[in-house]
Amino acid sequence: MALNMRQRARLSRGIQYAIFAIIVIVLIVVVDWKTFVDAFLNPKVIAEQFPGVLTIALKNTIIYTALGFVLALAMGIVLALMKISSVGPYRWIATGYIEFFRGVPALIVFIAFGLGIPTAFGFSLNTYLTVMLSLGIVESAYIAETLRAGLQAVPRGQYEAARSLGMTHTRAMISIIIPQAFRIILPPLTNEIIMMTKDSSLIFLVGLSAKQYELALFGQNGITEPSAGLTPLVVSGACYLVITLPLGWLARRFEARTAKMRK
Amino acid sequence: MADSTPRRRTAGAPDLHAEDIHAEDVTITDLHKSYGDVEVLKGIDLTVAPGEVVCLIGPSGSGKSTLLRCINVLEKANAGTIEVAGYTATDPDTDLDVMRRHVGMVFQHFNLFPQLTALENCSIAQRRVLGRETGEANRISQDRLDMVGLGELADRYPDQLSGGQQQRVAIARALAMEPALMLFDEPTSALDPETVGDVLRVMRELAQAGMTMIVVTHEMAFASEVADKVVFMDGGVVVEQGPPSEVIRNPQHQRTQTFLSRVLHPGGL
Ligand SMILES: Nc1ncnc2c1ncn2[C@@H]1O[C@H](COP(=O)(O)OP(=O)(O)OP(=O)(O)O)[C@@H](O)[C@H]1O
Ligand SMILES: [Mg+2]
Repeated sequence: MALNMRQRARLSRGIQYAIFAIIVIVLIVVVDWKTFVDAFLNPKVIAEQFPGVLTIALKNTIIYTALGFVLALAMGIVLALMKISSVGPYRWIATGYIEFFRGVPALIVFIAFGLGIPTAFGFSLNTYLTVMLSLGIVESAYIAETLRAGLQAVPRGQYEAARSLGMTHTRAMISIIIPQAFRIILPPLTNEIIMMTKDSSLIFLVGLSAKQYELALFGQNGITEPSAGLTPLVVSGACYLVITLPLGWLARRFEARTAKMRK
Repeated sequence: MADSTPRRRTAGAPDLHAEDIHAEDVTITDLHKSYGDVEVLKGIDLTVAPGEVVCLIGPSGSGKSTLLRCINVLEKANAGTIEVAGYTATDPDTDLDVMRRHVGMVFQHFNLFPQLTALENCSIAQRRVLGRETGEANRISQDRLDMVGLGELADRYPDQLSGGQQQRVAIARALAMEPALMLFDEPTSALDPETVGDVLRVMRELAQAGMTMIVVTHEMAFASEVADKVVFMDGGVVVEQGPPSEVIRNPQHQRTQTFLSRVLHPGGL
């Protein structure tokens, strides 16, 4: 057939739309919509989730994430400084730490703090401390790498220009390098908060009291109700999106701004 | 005005206040610098009198940048002494941060701080290093930006300026610290041809106002006209130095002649 490029592209697109339409039609006909809504989006069950899903679950997810983030950021800064230190042993320790905790599942660390330490040493940590330590220790490895990469992405000439103007090393870092690194770091750091928001659910391992439920466990508890179906999980999933989608949007905004700055 | 009387410090540079410049000298003795096993500077001797303009020329890799960077100790020399504006740069007891306040440096790629406006670029070190009040620092910055012809663009960010404008801001930034000496490392090499002239004009005015300047450059017309002394380097040594009338117009060494014929007649034989 003698189709030129544009005709061929249009034909291909037409076929794709046709396939899509067929799939939609088949779904509408085949699926039992009443069962579907009852299972996933039952309005009565949705109503039952409130206000607990917000006042307990969402609130706790945010608290756990924030606790972990504070520790992760503090440790990440120290690790990043160790990683770029001129003292060999600091670099080795930081490298070992970062590679280890980026390489093992976060679940392992939660098991260690939530179950391992209480069993081994005969005392259990407070829930908030457990989540802060587990999440903070794992995420500090990612954050350290992000910070280090950000600092090293600032061109060397910036540091040299600052020093040439008589700034001390510390002054050059504070006034010139860190503000520029911050812009570079902001998008990946935002993405790491998204990761932490999701990973905070791993605290379920420790066995939480009802007041300590975060989103995932709240959802899980919801579906134990025989008639509830999957709707409680859908609601708690949606609550995660309430946090993660705006953060993701923010990260992309930061990224676009940084890209524009650096042309 | 191309030759004969290279001494300046005459009136006639109204924009760059000659009375504000307290030019100082540089004395380099038997300077050696290696990177690993490779010796890049092999015993450099160079004196620059207060108010003198020295142009460093030479082929790529001859060590011009390294020499310049040793003077304000962005690179540490391995042996030899460097006296700069009354400080011994090669003495480990010298407070280099204090010394560098008196040594302005202009880079090939400007190295302006992208998160700061032109004015803030000029003010930040005055405030953070010299401890000047913001008002005073900004006044001096505005004055220096006026000098380089960019007073109107003080609120622009570097990425809103042309290369030539950025380089003039970089010069203003260095001048705002009231240096006794200015180092330029190929300040026009990264510029579009049409903006080179503006930067060279500022440098010429600065020379006329009596600033001590060491300039690495491939602009032979500028060197001929403005330099008191031209230093030709090759392979980490000073091959030949003297007034431009000798080194550029009547070079004695084969290597200088070869280099100059390549620079002055690119593509020719
Ligand atoms: N940081 C460094 N590490 C190792 N070698 C270096 C370093 N900096 C410069 N060199 C080497 O030192 C020599 C002199 O370099 P330098 O930059 O001083 O030359 P230059 O005369 O300024 O050349 P150009 O005209 O290309 O700028 C070169 O051979 C270069 O490869
Ligand atoms: Mg160079």
